[in-house]
Order: sequence, then structure tokens, then C-alpha cells
Amino acid sequence: MPLLELEQLEARYGAVRALHGLSLTLDEGTIVALLGANGAGKTTALRAISGLVRKSGEIIFGGRRITRYTPERIARLGIAHVPEGRGAIAELTVRENLRLGAHLRRGRSVKDDLAAVYGYFPVLEEKQGDPAGSLSGGQQQMLVIGRALMARPQLLMLDEPSLGLAPLVVREIYAVLERLNRERGLTVLVVEQNASVALQTASSACVLEVGRVALQGASAELREQESVRRAYLGY
Amino acid sequence: MQQFAQQVVSGIASGAIYASLALALALVYRASGVVNFAQGEMAMFSTYVALAFINHGLSYWAAFFAAIGVALAGGIVVERAAIRPVEHAPVLSVVIVTIGLLVIFNGLAAWIWSPQVQFFPSGFPGGTVDVGGVTIGWDQIGVIGVTLAAMLVFFLFFRFTRVGLTMRAAALNGEASRLLGVRVSWMLALGWGFAAALGAISGMLIAPIDLLTPNMMQSVLLYAFAAVVLGGMGSPVGAVVAGLALGVTLNLLGTYVNFVTPELRLPLALGVLLTVLIVKPSGLFGSAAVRRV
Repeated sequence: MPLLELEQLEARYGAVRALHGLSLTLDEGTIVALLGANGAGKTTALRAISGLVRKSGEIIFGGRRITRYTPERIARLGIAHVPEGRGAIAELTVRENLRLGAHLRRGRSVKDDLAAVYGYFPVLEEKQGDPAGSLSGGQQQMLVIGRALMARPQLLMLDEPSLGLAPLVVREIYAVLERLNRERGLTVLVVEQNASVALQTASSACVLEVGRVALQGASAELREQESVRRAYLGY
Repeated sequence: MQQFAQQVVSGIASGAIYASLALALALVYRASGVVNFAQGEMAMFSTYVALAFINHGLSYWAAFFAAIGVALAGGIVVERAAIRPVEHAPVLSVVIVTIGLLVIFNGLAAWIWSPQVQFFPSGFPGGTVDVGGVTIGWDQIGVIGVTLAAMLVFFLFFRFTRVGLTMRAAALNGEASRLLGVRVSWMLALGWGFAAALGAISGMLIAPIDLLTPNMMQSVLLYAFAAVVLGGMGSPVGAVVAGLALGVTLNLLGTYVNFVTPELRLPLALGVLLTVLIVKPSGLFGSAAVRRV
């Protein structure tokens, strides 16, 4: 069952066209990696889905046409977007950031979700009273993923979660994404420049080139392809 | 010593009024990244609304809370109608819109209620009370009590409620908040509403002292500016502490320094403002770069 369908998306920043008829189908319960070089349109694709950039074409989520919805409405439908540069609100505490993720709910279920997030990322519980700005880069990445989970999304979109992080931290974060997918059936769309780490976790991947899909397939197949290896894996 | 204590208390009373208007300015600054020059006139207008309620037979405190409600709704309407359309315009345009609002509210108040000085009742009893040899007026206790209670309610609201949390988040990082489903634009409007409500309180407290006229809040606004700059733009705690400190300092200077006559109060406050801007632009409690929404 497709959870998300993109049909012929076009988006531009002023005179610069960032998406050239991007079409993509995302099945429920899968982890899909969106790969590509700098400027290929990966970030724009996520921002288009979230309603942050103007676009033409169609976006269908869970059978509903959301192309013209506002970002807050799209978020309320169950799409959580963890932007690049992370977006943890530095002045709020770790706990406040997490509670913010669940601002539409109150009571028992929020506490349960908070406990669940602390289960996935124990370091967040230790630092729950600290301002988010005092956390390390990896901890902030965990925080924003945790915050996104607090909203109980159907689709989790992450923009370069590995950027600037130590390999060990990257592995920890991807391990949690894998668990979330396995245990909760969470659908994940992850944008990465670091293709090798993404291909290890994702079941399938799309390679973007100048704003459209140049190549897609199962991760195992893509890893074998000469062109992908040379361009994105570097061996 | 007694005189000193008395002057401190009366300084806190006037400082509390500056502080609540300064807090209103800080709230709007956090929400919209601009100084609202109309904050004082909105407060003055709300005070006239309270007087209208009283003249229609409401009791003082009923009128007091009704005017706060009107101010809250009015603040939201002002943000929607006048600020939202220019939210992506340069800051200077927004500032000029608020100056336009200042003139509009001032003129409207004079047109509706006449520019004549009017008497505004106090909600507190007249007499004085003796606290350890220091004579304190009930009205001073009332002013201090009401402003501190109002500010406490606001701090608790922002600190401990879900709406308070989403309002802070909306002001601190609009895009991240929108991606979490926060209706940022309405949260900022609500910030304007709260600021207007706080301003209304300061207006209703100063009106029995300074008498009610359309120009009543103009000097209070300047003291509040000085407080908000001294405290650090957009720092709510800073605005309150600086407002109180300013009230006490000005009062003590007026009492103990011979050449400081009442005429020198406002120039002194503005001197503080200029000095802070030159020496430490971030103020006492502000961070160097206040993030704009």
C-alpha cells in the first residue's frame, strides 16, 4: 500500500528550479533512502512534502491530496519532518522540546511516549532538564528524532541525520530508526549524502539527479551498481 | 531610614507599572521582532474601555477584568489586521505601522471620550498601613500586588502550560514549530493579546495616579522602553527586574539628590537607555543575538 505518492513535482527558488518532475512512491512500513549529490533536490523534496516550498504536481498522503496544505496541517496529518541543521529549540529544555512534539495531546499518553523516547535514547533522560542548546550534535539529533516521535507520526522524514556526526553516533541513530521501523512499522524517508550508511539500513533507495529520480531500486542492488558505487559510495 | 524605606516602596510601586508595560513590550518583541510603539496607547485605550464599563454600572473589579478581556481580544485583532500583512516587510515598515497605530489609538480615544482629563477610580482603599515604622499607602500595596500577581500568572502560564510552551516555541523557532503542527501565526497573535492585556493592567493602575487622558501612557512607555533595553530586548525577566530597578532608582535620586527635580526623571531614564545601548547593547539579561522569528 503506498503511504506517500509524489507525482511530477516541480519546485523552484526564484529563478532556480530545484525539482524537475519528481515522481516517487513510498510504501507503508518501509525505510527509503533519498540519495544524491549536493543540489540534487533532496532537501527541496522534503520541504515540498512538508509544505514549506511552493510547488506544482501532486502529493498524496494516505490517499489524501495534500499538495496545497499548510506545513502545520501536514504535520498534524502525521508527517514528521526532522530538518537539516536539526531544529532543536536551543532555549527550551530537552524535556520541553519533547513535550512540544506532543503538544496536540495531553495526559497519560504523553508520559508513556516520553518514557518510550527515553527508552530509545537514554542520554535524553539524563539531560532532560538541560537546555537543548547545551547538547552535543549527536544528542541534538536524537532529541529532534525523539521530538518527532512524540507526535506519533505515520511517516518520519529525516534530512541528513548523519551530517557532522561521529560514525559511532551515526550507527546508534540508524539502529534506532531500524528498531522503530521493525517494532512500530514506522515508515521512514531519509535523505543522505552519506550513501553507504543509508543503504545499510534502507530497504530501497532513490538517487536524485538535477531534481528528478535518476535511479531507484533495492538497496542491495544499488550497492552493486558500478555507477552508484563510484558516484556516491566512493569505492 | 524610614524615609528611605518609604521611597523604596513607592519606587517599587511606580517601577511595577513600568515593569508590566516593559514586559508587554518584551512579549511583542519576542513574538514579532519589533518594538510596539503603540503599546502604551493600546493600554490607554483599554483604560478608557474600563471607565466606560464603570460608567455603565459595572463594579470596579468587574470592569477591570472585562477591560483585560477586551485588551486581550483587541491585541489579537491588531496583530491580525495591522501586523500580519507586513510580517515579511522590513523591520522598519513594521515599526512605522506601530507608530501609525499609536497615532490612531490616541486620536480615537480623544474623539470617542474627549481629550479632557478624566478621573479614574482606584480599586484600593485610601488609608495607610504602618509596617515596622514605615508608612505605606494601601494603593501602593495594591499596585505592587496586582502587577506582581499578573506577572506571576504570565510566568506560570508560559512555564507550565501546553499553550505557553507552544507560544514560546513559536517565537523562538517558527519553522521548527510549524513542522510540529504548531499554528505559529496564531501563537504570535496570542502573544500580542497577552501583551495588550498586561498593558491594560499598567494603564488602569497608573490612571488613578496620573489622571486619565489620551496622552497618559506616553511617558510610561518611555520608562518601559528604558527598562526593556536595560533588561535586554526580549528578556521577560530582564524587563521586569529593570522596570522595578528603574522605578526605585529614579525615586531615590529624586529624594536624595538635590538637583534632581521631577522634570529630570524622564531625561534620566532616557539617559539610562542611551548608556545601555552604547555600553552593553544586549542589556543585563539579554543574549547578544536575539533570534528573530
